[in-house]
Amino acid sequence: MINFDRSSPHLMEAKDLCLAYDGRMVLCEVDFHIDAGDYLCILGENGSGKSTLLKALLGLKAPTDGKIIYGAGLTQSLVGYLPQQTQIQKDFPASVREVVLSGCLGGGFFPFYRAADKKKAQDAMEKMGISHLATRCYRELSGGQQQRVLLARALCAAGKILLLDEPVSGLDVGVTKEMYGIISEINRSGVSVVMVSHDLDAALKYSSRVLHLDHTVKFFGDTSDYLRSSVFERFSAGKGGEKND
Amino acid sequence: MIDMLLRYLSYGFVRNALIVGCLVALCSSVLGVSLVLRRYSMIGDGLSHVAFGAIAVATVAGMAPLAFSVPVVVLSAILLLRISDSSRISGDSAIAMISSGALALGVCVISVSGGVNSDISSYMFGSINAMSRSDVILAISLSAAVLIIYLLFFNRIFAVTFDESFSGATGIKTKAYKMLIATVSGLTVVVGMRVMGALLISALIIFPALTSMRLFKSFRAVVLSSAVISVLCSFGGIMAACFFDLPTGAAIVVLNGILFLLSLAVSRFV
Repeated sequence: MINFDRSSPHLMEAKDLCLAYDGRMVLCEVDFHIDAGDYLCILGENGSGKSTLLKALLGLKAPTDGKIIYGAGLTQSLVGYLPQQTQIQKDFPASVREVVLSGCLGGGFFPFYRAADKKKAQDAMEKMGISHLATRCYRELSGGQQQRVLLARALCAAGKILLLDEPVSGLDVGVTKEMYGIISEINRSGVSVVMVSHDLDAALKYSSRVLHLDHTVKFFGDTSDYLRSSVFERFSAGKGGEKND
Repeated sequence: MIDMLLRYLSYGFVRNALIVGCLVALCSSVLGVSLVLRRYSMIGDGLSHVAFGAIAVATVAGMAPLAFSVPVVVLSAILLLRISDSSRISGDSAIAMISSGALALGVCVISVSGGVNSDISSYMFGSINAMSRSDVILAISLSAAVLIIYLLFFNRIFAVTFDESFSGATGIKTKAYKMLIATVSGLTVVVGMRVMGALLISALIIFPALTSMRLFKSFRAVVLSSAVISVLCSFGGIMAACFFDLPTGAAIVVLNGILFLLSLAVSRFV
């Protein structure tokens, strides 16, 4: 599903990508790329194919047409992912440490965790400020704490790039701000960030580039250019209208 | 009491029953944790009905029951997992359809061939006290395989069970692991059916996992506790069946049920 091309200068690249969901075409002729150090926000209305695109970038969904290329030495074991929470996880008996450690499994067939993996997980937990929760049960944590656990797990896997699907949905205002701070911190430490978001203000505040989708690419470029584009004008007017309802 | 126990243990058929019963309980309980957490509990039930249908067909057609039913059940397990994951067909009704369909087919075939014989009825309700040497060897080798697979892939099975998308994104072959679990569950159900009977085998998969999930908070602890609870219930059930002349499979399930109720009370008040 994913093509690897070491000579490509981009970390990830989509070429003429078309994606279907439940037999219905949701995205067509999508072209864009992600470079090292980017903080890319994927914007668009509900059902515009943002999460589907993220799944395709991760190799979880086969494109109906076009291709995805991992370049610059990127492999699947260097990709971190923060998915939306699933129903299954809500009553799953697992300790925080077990969840975070599972981020170290990508690639290879060694059956057990090595000392280096345990160190990596410990570091990730410290970065997220959750080391004191290590033996607690995941399902008993608050929404914000759970999200930090999943982010710590993603960090264990994210050598080069981190993909986030609605990282702040369901969190309250204070916790949301903390999450954005943590994500920016990760980006500054040299990991590229790709974030699907509903939150337009935050996207514009933190991202360096924007990909705006509406069945195809409406805008792709620097955030500063996006602010001057007609796509942004119409989109933010729509969002403003929603707020007034 | 102890004298009685020792006397029963001196009988070869009781020892065989204990070996096979405890091993099957061990396998089904560790697999059960993953199946229950992924919401696949009904698959164990569905598979046992498929296995019963397959054994009925094999018996009537004069084939070796296990040689025929093992591949049929493993294929059905893979098919059922696929159906459950497809967003277009509702998983629970598909499972109900396949399992009752297979059972109906089995019953029709039996009836055409002249009614239930003792062999078929033993698969319906289990016949743990009639374990042959080959049954014991089969149970030991199957359990060894299941346990080795489970130990080697424990961390990956946890990762895939907890979050399939994340595991897939980091390069774990999630489909292969689900196939593995389906295959091993199919094998366990077929062997377990000899012990518990087609109607009760799914209890061995579901009860220990549910009980342990009430009591423990980490995946590893839940798996270990399931294994211990399941083996204890099987041992207790088989011995109780000897002492009080009860049907063995049913006694094991009732014990599991009692432990589950106790765990409900414990988790509420502790």
